Amino acid sequence: MDSALIPKGVQRCSLGKFTLLIAVVGAVLLWGVYAMLLCWIKGLNQTNMNDYYGFALWIWADLAVIALGGGAFFTGFLKYIVGKDELKNIINYAVLIGFICYSSALLILAIDIGQPLRGWFIFWHANVHSMLTEVAFCLSCYFAVLTIEYIPLILENRQLNKVPFFHHLAHNMHGIMAVFAATGAFLSFFHQGSLGGVSGVLFGRPFGYREGVFVWPWTFFLFTWSAAAYGPSFTLMCTKILEKASGKQLVKDNVVDLLAKISGWMILTYIIAKIADTLYWALVTAPARGHTLMDFYSNNPVYGIWILVLEIVLGGIIPAIILVVPGTRRNGYLRMTAIILGVIGVSVNRWVMVLQVMAVPVMPFDFWAMYYPSWQEVATTILPVAYGIILIALSYRYLPIFPQEPELNPVD
Amino acid sequence: MKKAADHTKPKRYGMVIDLDKCTGCGACMVACFAENNIPFKKDESEKLLSITWMRVYKLSNKKKYPDTDICYLPRPCMHCEGHEGHSPCVSVCPATVTDYSTETGIVSQIYTRCFGCRYCMAACPYHARYFNWWDPVWPKGMEKMLSPDVSVRMRGVVEKCSFCYHRYQRAKDKAYVEGRTDVEEEEYQTACTQACPARAITFGDLNNPKHKVYELKQDPHAFRLLERLGTNPKVYYVSSREWVRKSGDNYLKHEEPGHIATKH
Repeated sequence: MDSALIPKGVQRCSLGKFTLLIAVVGAVLLWGVYAMLLCWIKGLNQTNMNDYYGFALWIWADLAVIALGGGAFFTGFLKYIVGKDELKNIINYAVLIGFICYSSALLILAIDIGQPLRGWFIFWHANVHSMLTEVAFCLSCYFAVLTIEYIPLILENRQLNKVPFFHHLAHNMHGIMAVFAATGAFLSFFHQGSLGGVSGVLFGRPFGYREGVFVWPWTFFLFTWSAAAYGPSFTLMCTKILEKASGKQLVKDNVVDLLAKISGWMILTYIIAKIADTLYWALVTAPARGHTLMDFYSNNPVYGIWILVLEIVLGGIIPAIILVVPGTRRNGYLRMTAIILGVIGVSVNRWVMVLQVMAVPVMPFDFWAMYYPSWQEVATTILPVAYGIILIALSYRYLPIFPQEPELNPVD
Repeated sequence: MKKAADHTKPKRYGMVIDLDKCTGCGACMVACFAENNIPFKKDESEKLLSITWMRVYKLSNKKKYPDTDICYLPRPCMHCEGHEGHSPCVSVCPATVTDYSTETGIVSQIYTRCFGCRYCMAACPYHARYFNWWDPVWPKGMEKMLSPDVSVRMRGVVEKCSFCYHRYQRAKDKAYVEGRTDVEEEEYQTACTQACPARAITFGDLNNPKHKVYELKQDPHAFRLLERLGTNPKVYYVSSREWVRKSGDNYLKHEEPGHIATKH
C-alpha cells in the first residue's frame, strides 16, 4: 500500500507488520507521554527527587543520550573535515541517531525544569558564568544543525524528491554539508564540554569537582573526548540492532571496521586521560579538601569501588583494547562485546557524575542520600527510546538511510 | 568626608553562632517559618522534602557513655562569598536568578525568575537551598496571617534563607526617613537571631568593628563549615569543644583542625 514511498531497490516488511510494530512501541510512547503530562500538570512532586537529589535520572539520561549522540558530530567531522569518505555509508544513520538523541535531551530538559513555561529565561537572563547557559545555547544551536542535516534525508524520499524544488534543495544542502558538519563539531565541542563542566565546576562537591585550565575543569575536555570516542560505538550498536531487526546487512564490513577502529583509538586515548584525571583527583584534589578516595566509595549500600572499576576497566580499557587490536576488532562477536561495554562505560560515567555527586555527603555530619526513580521518571526516560525507535523505523522504511543497502541486498 | 566614606563601605552581613549555647530548641526554625512565609505540608515526616531555611542539625561525638556528647548546629544559608562573589550557587545559576550583593554580602534569590533547574541545589554543599515540590497550601485563614513583606513562592522554584532581607529594606527606609545614611546594628536583625532564647545567634556586619560579630568571629574557637572547599561562608560557629570544631570540615587522619591553610 505504501510501496510508492519506499526507496527504490530495497525491500521492506508488509505495512501490516510495520503498523503493528509502530502500535506496540506507540503504546509505550503514550505511557511516557502520560507520565510527562503528569509532571507538567501536577509538578515535579511526581518524581522521587528531593532536596538532596535535585539532579537525578533525567539529568543522567540527558548527559547519556548527548554522549551517545556524539556519533553524529564526530562521524560528520571525520567524513567532511578529515576526509574519511567511506563513512558516507553510515553518516545518514549517525545524523538520525544524533537528531533523536538531541531532540530527546531537549524534551527531557523541558520536563525536568520546575517551571517549564519559563524555560526561555535561560536565554533571556543568561548568566555567562554558568555551564548550563553554555549547554542551553550550544545544544539548541546544534539541534538546529542536526535538523538541517536531517532535512535533506527527508527530502530524498521517493515522492518528495519528485518535486523539483525539494530535489534541488536536498542536492544543494548536501553540497554545503561540510559547513554544517564543521559548525556541528565546533558546537559539540562546547556543549559536550560544558556538560562535563556542569559537575566539574561544583567546588562545593568534592566528588564532582575538578581543577582545569582557565574556566574549564578537566571534565570539560573529558566529556567532549568521551562523546567523540563512544558516540561512534553507539552508532555501530544501533546499526547492528537495525541489521538484526531487518535481517539484512546494511553497512559493509570495511565501514564498520573503520569506525570501530577510530572509536577504539579514541576510547584508548580517552581512558588514559581519564585514568590520569582520576589519579590526580584521588591523590591531590580530594585530599586537599579532606577526603580520601575511599570516602566516596564506602559506607553506603550502592556506590562501592566496583563502579569505578566498571567504568574504567570494563567500560574503557577492555573495549579500547578489543577495538584497537585488528584481530579482535574484526571478530564480530568481540567487536560487539566491546561496543556494548563502551556504551555501558560512558553511561556509567555520566551516572556517577550526576547521581553519585548528589549522593556523597559533604558535611561530615551528613549522610549518603540514596534515590530510586518514580515510575513517572522511568516512563518519561523510556519515552525518548520509544520515540527513537519510531523515528528510526519510519526513516528506515521511507528514506534512503543506508546507501549500501541495495548493493548488499539485491532485490530480484 | 569620613561619614561619606562609611556610607560607601561595603557591608558583609553574617552570623556568629555559639554552639555551646544552642539548646536545639528549634525556636529559630519556627521564627524563620513565620517570618518568611515558608510553606509546610500536613505530613512533614520526609525531611528531604521539607523546606527549612534554618535547619538545626544534631551532631554527636559518637562516643559511649560517659563520654557521649551532642551538639545542635543551626544551619541557615551561609551566604558564601566564594572567590570575589562567585559563591557555589551564584556562579552556576543559568538565568542569573541568584546574585551576590557586594553592597550587603547577601546572596539573593529572584523567585519569579527561577525556572527550577535546581543546579544551585546541586552546587550547595550545605543543602541550604530548597525546591518547592508543591504549591503552598495554607491552613484555612492562615493566608491572612502571612507577612506582606515576603512574597510567597510558587511550585517549581528554589528558595532559601535571605538573612531576612526585607528587614534590611525596612531598616534602610526608616534610616532614610530619619535622614540617616546607615542602618544601625540593632535595626537590622534576623528573625532567628531575635527568637533564640539562649542568644546563641549574633548577627551583624562582619566588616564593622562596632558590630558584635566583628569581634566574635575572631574567637580562637571560631570556625566555618567546609572552609576547605573555598566557599568562603559568612556564618561563623564558635565552640570550646574540639570534636565540634572538627565536625565543621573534612580532615584526613593525620590532619588537625586549625592547622589547615584555607583559601580565604
